[in-house]
Amino acid sequence: MSEQAGTLVKSDVADAPLVIGGHSFTSRLIVGTGKYGDNPTMVRAIRASGAEMVTVAVRRVDLDRSKEEGILHHLSPNEFFLLANTAGCYSADDAIRYARLARAAGFNEWIKLEVIGDQATLLPDVAATLEAARTLTGEGFKVMAYTNDDLITALRLEDAGCVAVMPLASPIGSGLGVVNPYFIREIKRRLEVPVIVDAGVGTASDACVTMEQGVDGVLMNTALAAADDPVRMAHAMRHAILAGRLAWLAGRMPSREIAVPSSPTKGMLD
Amino acid sequence: MSEERHIRIHLNGTDREVDADHTVRTLIESLDLHPSLIVVELNREILSRDLYEKAPVRDGDTIELVHFVGGG
Repeated sequence: MSEQAGTLVKSDVADAPLVIGGHSFTSRLIVGTGKYGDNPTMVRAIRASGAEMVTVAVRRVDLDRSKEEGILHHLSPNEFFLLANTAGCYSADDAIRYARLARAAGFNEWIKLEVIGDQATLLPDVAATLEAARTLTGEGFKVMAYTNDDLITALRLEDAGCVAVMPLASPIGSGLGVVNPYFIREIKRRLEVPVIVDAGVGTASDACVTMEQGVDGVLMNTALAAADDPVRMAHAMRHAILAGRLAWLAGRMPSREIAVPSSPTKGMLD
Repeated sequence: MSEERHIRIHLNGTDREVDADHTVRTLIESLDLHPSLIVVELNREILSRDLYEKAPVRDGDTIELVHFVGGG
């Protein structure tokens, strides 16, 4: 019996789960929760993305608002795996302080470590990131470290005990896509821990190209939150991540700069 | 001694006058916040939740009340 067009044979698309720090995820997409126009749209977009892990930030409660609503009024920690970040920190000490506060919230000991080195580009301060990573892993944190697309730093972060290393595709919020696919591939080739590309993905093709480099996953926020229709874009990203992953697993044809006919050259009519 | 004693604390970056008899827990509740969703840093040290009830708020304390917000 032949299969219907478009029938999904599950074994044809089988993939191993993404395992980070002993925790297994089906989705290779991790999404942020910032910058959405409203909370209901954020929740719908995140559900549409299929992401299981979502990032959150640690901030002061705004006491001037009569009824402050933190993110947990909208996103249930039972539905999503919370990954708190140290976004906005410019020193190792600040990042460590934020990480400890995040852990004290009582959900888990995971942290997305981010130490920014420059306000204009938001590029990471890799020396401070490494310093903070060593301290935090020593305190039992599971550290997923945001870093530059620099192989040596990535190797040092792995040595420091990070459960995942997260090189940028391009600057945070830029939407420029992967500016240096060669270095992303090189980092993936050399590291044993999962490599998650974090920051810079702008649209579905960027996500797909990123996954085609062989990395384990992608973390994005602005690409969804700043789309005209975040929910529709979230669907697009879910497909793009899957498409890129499958293409990587499938193994692409060699590219060459000459044409090769697809149809037989023999058997042509006189 | 006056009945309405107040103390001055530095709360989330702002100086505030609050009642002198607050514990951390009653302070949080007086601000209409849920203690279970808040993390407290008292004079740069994280205060574990089981201590909210007992920990007194003292004149000159620096207190940070933080929680999770949207972020990437």
